[in-house]
Amino acid sequence: MTVPRPENDLDLSRRKFVSVAAAAAAGWLLTSCGPKRLHDVPRDRLMERIREMEAKYAEELGTAVTVSDAGPLPGVEFAYALDISRCIGCRRCVYACVEENNQSRDPQVQWIRVLSMEKEGGVDFSDSDPYYDPETVPEEGHFYVPVQCQQCQNPPCTKVCPTGATWTEPDGIVVIDYDWCIGCRYCMAACPYGARHFNWGEPHIPAEELNTNTHYLGNRPRPKGVVEKCTFCIQRTRQGRYPACVEVCPVGARKFGNLLDPESEIRYILENKRVLVLKEDLNTLPKFFYFYGT
Amino acid sequence: MDTAKLLTEFVTGSIRLVTKGNRYYWAWIALLLTLIVSGALAYWDQVSEGLVTTAMRDQVSWGLYIGNFTFLVGVAAAAVVLVIPAYIYHWKPIREIVIYGELLAVSAIVMCLLFVVVDIGRPDRFWHLFPPFGFLNFPGSLLAWDVLVLNIYFVLNFVIVTHILYRAFHGKAYDKRIVVPLVLLSIPMAVGIHTVTAFLFNGLAARPYWNASILAPQFLASAFCSGPAILLLVLQLLRRFTQFEIRDEAIWKIAELMAYAMFLNLFLHGAEAFKEFYSDTEHLLYTRYWFLGLGEHRTLVPFAWTAVALNTLAFFLFVIPATRRNWITLNIGCLAIYFGVYIEKGMGLIIPGLTPDALGEIYVYLFTSHEFRVAAGVFSIGFLVFTLMLKVAVPISLGEFQRARAA
Repeated sequence: MTVPRPENDLDLSRRKFVSVAAAAAAGWLLTSCGPKRLHDVPRDRLMERIREMEAKYAEELGTAVTVSDAGPLPGVEFAYALDISRCIGCRRCVYACVEENNQSRDPQVQWIRVLSMEKEGGVDFSDSDPYYDPETVPEEGHFYVPVQCQQCQNPPCTKVCPTGATWTEPDGIVVIDYDWCIGCRYCMAACPYGARHFNWGEPHIPAEELNTNTHYLGNRPRPKGVVEKCTFCIQRTRQGRYPACVEVCPVGARKFGNLLDPESEIRYILENKRVLVLKEDLNTLPKFFYFYGT
Repeated sequence: MDTAKLLTEFVTGSIRLVTKGNRYYWAWIALLLTLIVSGALAYWDQVSEGLVTTAMRDQVSWGLYIGNFTFLVGVAAAAVVLVIPAYIYHWKPIREIVIYGELLAVSAIVMCLLFVVVDIGRPDRFWHLFPPFGFLNFPGSLLAWDVLVLNIYFVLNFVIVTHILYRAFHGKAYDKRIVVPLVLLSIPMAVGIHTVTAFLFNGLAARPYWNASILAPQFLASAFCSGPAILLLVLQLLRRFTQFEIRDEAIWKIAELMAYAMFLNLFLHGAEAFKEFYSDTEHLLYTRYWFLGLGEHRTLVPFAWTAVALNTLAFFLFVIPATRRNWITLNIGCLAIYFGVYIEKGMGLIIPGLTPDALGEIYVYLFTSHEFRVAAGVFSIGFLVFTLMLKVAVPISLGEFQRARAA
């Protein structure tokens, strides 16, 4: 082994200068330039970012919008169950979701899609109709399958995102960073449930219909050119409330709860009812279950 | 040596070259510039209003732009068809024209990158892809892989042609120690860009039409005919309008290689069609939509069969020695391949891949005039780049454009 030569003063001071400069540059990169993804932003800096969002909304929309930074609750993993035998296809969930989550009214964006299917055919997407429009629902011989983000445990959408703008939160909710998404729509091609929606035009919401109670990963107003989707109403559920679609359902077909709580309604359904998930063969492991309650 | 002076000499000389030309040259440039301006205006609308100006919607979320992107990745990969025999088998007649294959690759990649830029909803955030300021989801996202390999391939081809031409400009032969390893590297890279682009679609289990492992080999097979098809036309034009000599046998050899590639392409398509139709599962829906239509939705059917007819025609024209040596049938074959593969790799790949959508809805996609103008603009930029590069490269390789020799 060779003995390292003692460095002369000049070398040492140069090395010191270089390392100090490198550290300063790295520090500058980390603070002023990055991290830019909300996924990487430390909590203390997150509040700053959120204040910036609120200021921007106040200026652009002329109303005070509160943006919550509520994090995931420990010991909570959300799951959803929908009773196919009860759903009457009234689409109240669709519109409650639009209002709660500030989806664009023009052009129309809807996170929930209710499919009408024929009882004879069973669950068959190729024979389903999302545009059913009879005088009254339910229609004879039909049943309804509402589809929204299935909050997969093995989500194909987050894997394909080239900029890491979408990810799964610790409580199981798949979220999107609207400030980081570049709008390539690869996630939309990857989603087997048509759950992801793109802002093809500038989203418009009448000022008086804006829900000003928002979350930074959820229903805060989005710009054009980015993807959005159901977040299990993250702004409500992280505060212990039900998603808007669960509350509005007139027949109680929608159930929601904590998968990790053995006493929860969702666990009762999973353990005692006939449960299915959509496109099981794709191994996406949805946390959105369908069941036959009766 | 005064590099700055040499460079100025090269640049001013190049400018002199590209500003000289006959009527046809200027008419061609004027046409390209008109299409570029029209495309730029349409793109301006798209940026200010959003992608509503296109026919894409949530159901069919990719369209003309990504179709063109996929086709052009194939064209870019095509230089390799010429490179393999030229450098591995020392097949002389092709060797001298390899450089044009590489110029074509450079122009094609420029178009590829532009098609990605015009497709994304937030072009202002394109930098999000580039670390350290951005974040590239590598190796998770195949799109991240594609960004990497396309850029490497671009740089590789650019360095090779620049080196060869720069040396020729100085009246020297290129440095074998630099060029040969780079050219050899460009062979797996060409295969790589097209494989990665195929995997980008292939990896999506949500879309059964793409989720077939035959996709990557079939991409390569079709690329090895479409790229050379363009090149054969360009080489004939060059031969006609410049002093450049290209031997007939080089052109015929390329045409022969294209016939084999086209056979493989048709065979792989047939294999996939057999699997789909014979097993007759619910995944047949997409193939059926392309070839037969679903109910009253038959918009794509004429395109599907046109592509099959053009590709089959081209195969026979190129595999029969008499027709591939006849200039008329050869050029008909080239056009047939170009349009056949363009239909098959563009709308034939993207639209049935997304129709019916994930929940079974059939949304009939037909690009808007805005989309068409933007796409034509991007193609024109690519052709303009290619034309200008040729305008400089041809005189250099002919020895007409050289640095003034020191006394």
